[in-house]
Amino acid sequence: MNSADISRALTRISHEILERNSGSDNLVILGIPTRGAHLSNRISKLISEIEGKPVASGTLDITLHRDDLRTRAPRPLMPTMIPNEGIEGKDVVLVDDVLFSGRTIRAALDALGEIGRPQTVQLAVLVDRGHRELPIRADFVGKNLPTNRNQSVKVLLSEVDGRDEVVVE
Amino acid sequence: MKHLLSISDLSYDEAVQILDTAQELARVSDGPMKKLPTLRGRTIVNLFYEDSTRTRISFEAAAKRLSADVINFSAKGSSVSKGESLKDTALTLQAMGADAVIIRHSASGAARRLADSEWTSGSVVNAGDGTHEHPSQALLDSFTIRKHLAHGGKDLAGLKVAIVGDVLHSRVARSNVLLLDKLGAKVFLVAPPTLLPVGIENWPATVSYDLDSVLPQVDAVMMLRIQMERMSDSFFPSAREYSRYFGLNQERLAKLKPTAIVMHPGPMNRGLEITAESADSARSVIVEQVSNGISVRMAILYLLLAGEM
Repeated sequence: MNSADISRALTRISHEILERNSGSDNLVILGIPTRGAHLSNRISKLISEIEGKPVASGTLDITLHRDDLRTRAPRPLMPTMIPNEGIEGKDVVLVDDVLFSGRTIRAALDALGEIGRPQTVQLAVLVDRGHRELPIRADFVGKNLPTNRNQSVKVLLSEVDGRDEVVVE
Repeated sequence: MKHLLSISDLSYDEAVQILDTAQELARVSDGPMKKLPTLRGRTIVNLFYEDSTRTRISFEAAAKRLSADVINFSAKGSSVSKGESLKDTALTLQAMGADAVIIRHSASGAARRLADSEWTSGSVVNAGDGTHEHPSQALLDSFTIRKHLAHGGKDLAGLKVAIVGDVLHSRVARSNVLLLDKLGAKVFLVAPPTLLPVGIENWPATVSYDLDSVLPQVDAVMMLRIQMERMSDSFFPSAREYSRYFGLNQERLAKLKPTAIVMHPGPMNRGLEITAESADSARSVIVEQVSNGISVRMAILYLLLAGEM
């Protein structure tokens, strides 16, 4: 995917989120750092432009809830920023760059459960590459990329990598 | 990092990493997530050969917020009073499956002895060894200073900190001087000559005997406790004279910069090294130091225990 593909995918996802939730009033968009948070910023911005009013958004670091912490050196923690209104009774949309095993999303669901009880939790990802290890699926997908399990999918974003591109190696 | 034994072992990057991790953990525990599953199944032993209120409780609270199991051991009421050695106690704890031992001991070097031995395979955290070091206290002090005065900076570059009082007996002072210097702050040590250790001229700090001339220059002033329990000789003529020359009172408080903060590692001798009005003033961050202590100790436990062991 190149820059234009990514931009079109995010615009479509933003419209789909609004359509599914009948507007942005009860929405909270939460990005999973690092790249999910940048994608979430872009989606929040698009939704705010479409609706003409700001949408609640933030970030959710899931490091402390990972199930694979013990398999490698401790990871640095990223910011968690939940909007002041909280997530109680809200329609939360989690945003991440790549959906693979589903373990990150499981950790995110645990982290959300510690914070409150949303009305619904939905998942938006830029790339779904398959090979799920848990019963988890995305509600909004930028692109389904059939991959081999040992390939790696990298999402590059201008905020951190200087350019927008999805690379399969 | 396998152990946390002294500030001198820490690199600049490791020190900043602990402060950054503590900052995120503080944000998490100030928010709605009080309890985190991160250290579930890990066992942490608090091995305290000396009395402690806040350090032990703080480590215990930190461990529990990360869902670790905590075993408290204090020398009083244990087999130590029957004459058991550190080695045998450590072997017992190892047999019980301790993943980390947090040790406070009256002998300088006790934590290092435990870490270098074969007695325990877990991580060792020094919670104060004799008059040597108290690294977690220094880290929470620097965390508190950074939060108030660094304006989003990673370290303490350009800040000036006065450490006042019983430097001779203070492991808090030693760890703080090393860490503040590592993080780029300028340190003043203010004390009567009798309460300064031999070799102080080699410490990365400026020594002064005149508190009133130092106070207007500094961004933070850290008052140390007069440690009566470690004093076998008389180090100053009288408590009244000590507080007249080296105590923090209302009058001296007024000499500080408007933004300067007042710190004390606790427990305080109110009326001796610090007056009640100074301890309770708006500049005092003494109570906040305690809550920051939990975040910093969570960060230490996270970085030592969350990863592959």
